[in-house]
Amino acid sequence: MLKIENLHVHYGGIHALRGINMEVADGQIISLIGANGAGKSTTLKGIMSLVHKTDGHVEFNGTDITKFQTRDVVKQGIVLCPEGRRVFPDLTVEENLKMGAYLRKDKDGIAKDMKWVYELFPRMKEREWQLAGTLSGGEQQMLAVGRALMAKPELLMLDEPSLGLAPLIIKDIFAIIKEINNSGVNVLLIEQNAKAALEISHFAYVMETGVITMSGTGQELLNDDRVRSAYLGE
Amino acid sequence: MSNKTKNLCSLALALVIVGFIACSYYMTDKTSMIRTVLQLGAIYALAACSMNLLNGVTGLFSLGQAGFMAVGAYVFAVFTIPVSKKAGVYYLYGVADWLKNIELSPFIAMILGGLVAAFLAYLIGIPVLRLKSDYFAIATLGFAEIVRILVASSLFNKITNGSLGLNSIPKFTKVFGLPSYFTPFIVVAICITIIMLVVRSTYGRAFKAIREDEIAAEAMGINLAKHKRMSFIISSFFAGVSGALLVQYLGATTPTTFPIAMTYNILLIVVIGGMGSMTGSIISAFLVTAAKEWWLRFLDVEHYIGGFHIPLMRTGFRMVVFSVILMIVVLFWRRGIMGNKEFSWDGIYNFFTGKNKKKKAKAEAAEGGALNE
Repeated sequence: MLKIENLHVHYGGIHALRGINMEVADGQIISLIGANGAGKSTTLKGIMSLVHKTDGHVEFNGTDITKFQTRDVVKQGIVLCPEGRRVFPDLTVEENLKMGAYLRKDKDGIAKDMKWVYELFPRMKEREWQLAGTLSGGEQQMLAVGRALMAKPELLMLDEPSLGLAPLIIKDIFAIIKEINNSGVNVLLIEQNAKAALEISHFAYVMETGVITMSGTGQELLNDDRVRSAYLGE
Repeated sequence: MSNKTKNLCSLALALVIVGFIACSYYMTDKTSMIRTVLQLGAIYALAACSMNLLNGVTGLFSLGQAGFMAVGAYVFAVFTIPVSKKAGVYYLYGVADWLKNIELSPFIAMILGGLVAAFLAYLIGIPVLRLKSDYFAIATLGFAEIVRILVASSLFNKITNGSLGLNSIPKFTKVFGLPSYFTPFIVVAICITIIMLVVRSTYGRAFKAIREDEIAAEAMGINLAKHKRMSFIISSFFAGVSGALLVQYLGATTPTTFPIAMTYNILLIVVIGGMGSMTGSIISAFLVTAAKEWWLRFLDVEHYIGGFHIPLMRTGFRMVVFSVILMIVVLFWRRGIMGNKEFSWDGIYNFFTGKNKKKKAKAEAAEGGALNE
């Protein structure tokens, strides 16, 4: 469904992405792993048109979205849950979720998805009227994922959902990512926590300094010696 | 609290406010300080709310308020000075030919003032809204200064009357058959209601999202440029209207009526009321106006206690005291009177029963639990 060809991004003089090729197939969880500064977040921002792409093509469900504005990319059904949660701290939990559905006009659908998000994250229902800034880190991450889901994405892109969270909460988050995928949403996941990510992914790419160096199914990469020594610390 | 009690409370509060304003008219004479404070306070409340929409709700720190108010004020003045008095007003430079026979109704002129201010906001917004935080503030500050200088310049002598300024501007006119004293309150109430409706709409929520986190807002699909422009235009429209109201109150205007200090005055009201809270802005507009124009006046007069001359108290001293009070407020009450919350009966109820504190403690306990899991 998503196809990226030869994607290049420059930050000033720095060549951050040097020709990325990757694909997301229907119904899958795809993960993108790699060290800090490898260009994982930049790839997602490139897809969302949040950074300027110097070269390359991005195709989604047969539509060329390379030159689309961010809001048009969202309308196509790709939603980014940005790194570091970035919930709106002075808006309530409910308002945050409503912001996620900002581009949608179908009131019934929004109400239905709101219910679904509250079922996925019962904690959010309890905190409906609380300001998002007063939530704990794990709750904020759940809210950020819920907010992204409110846009009714076909492809949900998660940037480091486990960042700065306690191991037990990370486990919850990954279980929920799987559940979201089971309900028919494709997931493109960026993670430093390579082991957890590879365990739930159907397919994965390894990125180093702006290029993709390896790819394979989650199991293949988990068993690969190079991946094991570089990213799994074994 | 049930919705029914809340509605009853709101109705009662509205009646009290209307009753108070009515009393201020029927029970005081024309020179009464209460009248001055209420009218001026209402006008400043509108100016503060319009500034709050941009600075507090959308998070765009603008310092161009006085400029937009000046535009609204001058447009109003130029188009409403009675034809018969024009020769007298423009006695030195003469009046532009196209303007000679134009005299609009005050309400149309007020809206026109707002529209011209909004149009200027649209124009300068194209380059200026690309700037971030401090740079945006400086650019809008520059705009306000340009307006002031253009108004005073000899280029527009036949329209703005240069540094002589305009007078014979009609005072408030009657609406709904009520005495003209009530006009500013009615206009301000309508305008602030519109601003509050905007804040509560999905657009308002998008403005807040932009304030909180631009990147996240953009990732949600919000069109940043469009929403910032819209907020800027709406805010400027109402700034223009408030300028037009102020000039009706004063009856005359010169370029120095709208100095940069005017922007700071209104910014002060917004900060004291709480950035992002319209009700806060309204309350603080009346408090600040009352303090400045009325309660602290006695400091400007020299006093003697039993032949002893109290030092420091002379003309201008009230502004020193006022500034000190401000510093204290900003130091100890940083979020202003209302923070960024709006007035609500639940808020009052919780404030007095301490329910909120209990809720907070509960939430904190739950948070601690989450960490210990």
